[in-house]
Amino acid sequence: MGTKSDIELIDKNGKRLDGRGPEDIREVKIETGVLHRADGSCYLEWGGNKVYAAVYGPREALPRHTQNPLRAIVNARYNMAAFSVDDRKRPGPDRRSREISKVISEALERVVLTEYYPRSAIEVNIEIVEAEAGSRCAGLAAAGVALADAGIPMIDIPVACAAGKAGGEVILDLGKEEDNFGEADLPIGYLPRTGEIILLQMDGHLTYAEFERALDLAIGGCLKVSELQKKALMEKYPSPVGGEQ
Amino acid sequence: MPEEKRKIVYPSQVVGDTRSSKPGRGVFVEKGQIRSERLGIVQMNKNYVNVNPLKGRYDPVPGDFVIGVVEMVSTSMWLLDVRAPAPALLHVNEVPWKVDFGDTESYLKVGDCVSARISDVDEIKKINASMKKPYDRNHRDRRGGDRGSDRRSSDPPFQKLNGGFLLEVDAMKVPRIIGKQGSMISLIKKETGCRVFVGKNGRIWIDGELAAIEKVVSAIKIIEREATSFGLTNRIEEFLKNDE
Amino acid sequence: MSVIPTIKRDFLENLAKEGKRMDGRKFNEFRKASIEPGVISRAEGSARVTLGKTQIICGIKMDLGEPYPDSPDSGVMTTAAELIPMASPNFEAGPPREDAIELARVVDRGIRESGVIKTDELCIVSGKKIWIVFIDIHIIDYDGNLFDACSLAALAALLDTNVPIERLKDKLEKAAADTPEIGEYLKAHDKDYPLPVSVPPISCTWVKIGESVMIDPALDEDLIADVRLTVATDEKGDIRAMQKGLNGSFTSEEIKNVIKESFVNGTNIREQLYKSTGK
Repeated sequence: MGTKSDIELIDKNGKRLDGRGPEDIREVKIETGVLHRADGSCYLEWGGNKVYAAVYGPREALPRHTQNPLRAIVNARYNMAAFSVDDRKRPGPDRRSREISKVISEALERVVLTEYYPRSAIEVNIEIVEAEAGSRCAGLAAAGVALADAGIPMIDIPVACAAGKAGGEVILDLGKEEDNFGEADLPIGYLPRTGEIILLQMDGHLTYAEFERALDLAIGGCLKVSELQKKALMEKYPSPVGGEQ
Repeated sequence: MPEEKRKIVYPSQVVGDTRSSKPGRGVFVEKGQIRSERLGIVQMNKNYVNVNPLKGRYDPVPGDFVIGVVEMVSTSMWLLDVRAPAPALLHVNEVPWKVDFGDTESYLKVGDCVSARISDVDEIKKINASMKKPYDRNHRDRRGGDRGSDRRSSDPPFQKLNGGFLLEVDAMKVPRIIGKQGSMISLIKKETGCRVFVGKNGRIWIDGELAAIEKVVSAIKIIEREATSFGLTNRIEEFLKNDE
Repeated sequence: MSVIPTIKRDFLENLAKEGKRMDGRKFNEFRKASIEPGVISRAEGSARVTLGKTQIICGIKMDLGEPYPDSPDSGVMTTAAELIPMASPNFEAGPPREDAIELARVVDRGIRESGVIKTDELCIVSGKKIWIVFIDIHIIDYDGNLFDACSLAALAALLDTNVPIERLKDKLEKAAADTPEIGEYLKAHDKDYPLPVSVPPISCTWVKIGESVMIDPALDEDLIADVRLTVATDEKGDIRAMQKGLNGSFTSEEIKNVIKESFVNGTNIREQLYKSTGK
């Protein structure tokens, strides 16, 4: 976590730097089908994060030796654009991006009905074009929408949200300064229907009681974003729909 | 014919109950509840609950009429890109010509286009194609549930396709483009005078006068865009009958 | 790589013989472009450009640095382009292949050689401290003609760019402790100010299909083209950059026509560029 600073992260009235209360998430906007070549896509804004997610697949898994004869493999690739952060980042995957790609791939493998597509790959591209704390959660949430938009069969739409501790308080959805100068960060990936946790990382220092509270908050945040995901997917279509199938 | 009102559902949404219905296509069962696997439209058929996906890659099923593009030639077979996760294998024994060993390239080269059928898909999704008529015409879907399609029109011929135009659409939109009992595609063919072969894999071959081909392409693009709306057949008929 | 069906190639060639294109455009007609500046608030400058369905996001970042020894009074610029896998089923992840490198270098030359960025005004202390301008181009959806779309996005982003005095104030003040000239510079520039840029040349890309030469290739035209020519022209009609690609060829006549038509199209695009960036 970060170094100490003089900034008062939470004031005497429990208000955070951006005016939020301890249990408020930042504003989230979701749009589907924004890219024409990808099989499924999503553009998502979460606070200061701006994310594109695109899905290709199922398609032949190449190189051959990566193929699994029983099911599809899910390859998620999380990447930050050079201009997405304050100090320009050199293009290309760094170790942090590769680690995040791995944990997101593993989270998505739990959700996708991979047995339907032996020897195939489902490729998920997550591009962070502007970053502001919690980009991996924004990425996983966008990936969930893109997968649904692509018609990939899943047991649920995966979602994610982070909670943590800053200014001595356990809070939901850390912002930039809270992430830099706070005491703990707990991003989770979640399946709203079954309550399964598909991604979990923790960085910092939490007592057991603080952890319980943070987990509760994070799950609450996930449920809120999950409603927005479903709304974004359905809003393009009139309901009920016509058809002569 | 009154159009049915159908519901759109998202992945994991409940679409039925095992006490009153049976799980069909595109659904999974958990604790007695039938849930959708994808973003799609619920369709009931003889007590089976099905969900037809709104979008998705082509998933080959034996019996499907497809349009393939040759992506590789070898001495005794060709590999066809059929817009599925893996290419389909077309063996020399499965084509209408007598091909000598090693002479495959004189019949079909890389980039050539053929109409064919999916003859077999095994458990690890190896796909075989054929340009010969099947012995058994009564194909049943391998998976549970009724296909729900009442299309009785026979498939177009299996042949190498020359000239004309190739259009690619989302495979899930094909039933709408064909229409109930082929009504939509027949309307398009009649009003434009074009030959149109619609592959289940979302590839469509159109042959005719340039202006007529353009009309077919525009009509299909409208169907793709407005697949879930009401009154589509009438709108398409109006569009086709209008001379620009 | 997906195989391009012969039917598609034949159809487009036959269409071209009749003077037509798949989307109904004339041979010298550009698709409608949309230019949105300022889409990435954290960057010093940015723009999203849509050309047909091709979508590009370009971000400009700036930082303090040291000048090259042979040009002590000039700022520095670098251009990178990422053909990220989301843009096309045929783009693979991994280090940039030649297409991405050629693309970045052609866009870079169009900006660098014509002095679009007034690098002589980016010197803080001669021989010691200058501004570096990083141009990063992110291709997120491919529908043909990456050269022009990327070039336009880079230019729009540069017109949107402000020199980040405020963001780097701490760094500058710290450096001023050792180098008083930096203190002078800070006094003269205490707030963010627009990046000094000059009127840019505009690039126009043409492809040849059969015997027909056409501007701004759409996806299918791009995929079946035998040869490609990019020409950048300035506001006077002079030529500032050229690049021929792919393994076909042009006649001299064809090249001369392309240059003349590029100037006409370039002028219109430049107008649109200034309009959308409010400059």
